[in-house]
Amino acid sequence: MNSHTDSSPPSAPAEASAGGSVMLAWLFVGVPLAWGVFQTFIKALALFR
Amino acid sequence: MAEISSSLLDRSRTVAGPGYNRWLVPPAALAIHLAIGQAYAFSVFKKPLGALLSGDVDHPAAGDWTAGQIGWIFSIAIVLLGLSAAIFGKWLERVGPRKAMLAAALCFGGGFLLAALGVRLHSLALVYFGYGVVGGIGLGIGYISPVSTLIKWFPDRKGVATGMAIMGFGGGAMIGSPLAVALMARFNDVAPQGVAPTFIAMGFLYFLFMQFGVWTIRVPADDWAPAGYVPNQEHSALITDRNVSADNAIKTPQFWLLWVVLLCNVTAGIGVLETASPLIQETFSDKVLGAGRGVTVAAAAGFVGLLSLFNLLGRFFWSSASDKLGRKVTYALYFGLGMVLYALVPTLGHNAQLTLFVVVACLIISMYGGGFATIPAYLSDLFGKYQVGAIHGRLLTAWSTAGVLGPLIVNWLSEGRKAEGLKGAAAYQPVFYTMAGLLVVGLLANFAVTPVNEKYAEQGPVTPEAGGH
Repeated sequence: MNSHTDSSPPSAPAEASAGGSVMLAWLFVGVPLAWGVFQTFIKALALFR
Repeated sequence: MAEISSSLLDRSRTVAGPGYNRWLVPPAALAIHLAIGQAYAFSVFKKPLGALLSGDVDHPAAGDWTAGQIGWIFSIAIVLLGLSAAIFGKWLERVGPRKAMLAAALCFGGGFLLAALGVRLHSLALVYFGYGVVGGIGLGIGYISPVSTLIKWFPDRKGVATGMAIMGFGGGAMIGSPLAVALMARFNDVAPQGVAPTFIAMGFLYFLFMQFGVWTIRVPADDWAPAGYVPNQEHSALITDRNVSADNAIKTPQFWLLWVVLLCNVTAGIGVLETASPLIQETFSDKVLGAGRGVTVAAAAGFVGLLSLFNLLGRFFWSSASDKLGRKVTYALYFGLGMVLYALVPTLGHNAQLTLFVVVACLIISMYGGGFATIPAYLSDLFGKYQVGAIHGRLLTAWSTAGVLGPLIVNWLSEGRKAEGLKGAAAYQPVFYTMAGLLVVGLLANFAVTPVNEKYAEQGPVTPEAGGH
């Protein structure tokens, strides 16, 4: 069905650069999300006190 | 300049090159959903908005807006979310996710700015128009903007991909609530309750944050597929390799059955979310658990926070699980297990089983979130990926309906019982039994879902650019 796949292996520097971008991208959204989850978790602890 | 901007936003300019890593798409989608998920934290503005004239949240002045009037801001936004998702879905499929995400950022950020002006002028109509109408349109376009792109990038893990994005909508409230509280405290000396400058700051902050999604998102080339991907490996009759347009999808019984499925799931979930804080305080009061052992206001807020966490986790967990279980089985689980759990809640309240009560409520809310996150993959299974974003947009009118219906049912049933003098679990008993009944309807609708008749499928190859025709 599809002729174009991502099966062709990228070169090592390209792979490292792509991996770095992915990590940075996840950090960009992950840090505020983790902060929000932490704040909520702290609030939720009141239920168990 | 306008020409350059326009071409940069075009779908053709967002087609990924060979080295693009598809795992960049979920964070791009999350940037949008984490921002617009702020809507679920709007309640944090309720008290400050109701005391703009008096300056004292506990003693509003005669001209201050009432809680009922302020409640409409969120309701309008949710109704507009569903309507705009339905109206702009086909446009989104045609122009691609980048332009749609930018439109969403402009509307959502701009909505805050208009609402700030409304607060400054003390014009409730302008706040309704700003946050409710303009912001609500941003919510709708933003909510569906990454869905079909994610499904095209992850045909092998549709549930995981959409679960990650829609999880962001749950997480957005967790960021939006403490952020708003901190900003209002910071700006309290500048303007009444600090609300107007907070709206301005949030408008700009969210607009900028969403730009990450706008400029990171890419669509795959038409002939792209993940390495080793074999379509419909599960050989399920409910997973089609054909494509149904949004216009044809709404002519099928399957679309309307899923509309009922979403309506029932969301309405029932709202039943718990709306009653969570008063329910746990009234059911597990000092009278029930003993002096000093009842659930306090702070603990009830903690319970609501815990529900938010499970709402978020459920979106990712259940949607991912649906890749293995199948969508129909997953929804059968939501409704079958949900029915039992809803019916259990009043009994746990009567028997003062606080821990079990909390566990059951968390499970219920995880499935409520899961219902939102699994629906795009269910639609893609049944109708193909061609216009799944637009079909999803039209289905979200069920959410808008539930947003109005859910609180109405809850308030009507619980207030009636309270007027009869009943308290705690007894007051909320009919709410939970009614919600369990709704889940039976959802279960039956889900059972009735069969493969879509081939007469509705597009003949020949389809292109995204044809989405608006």
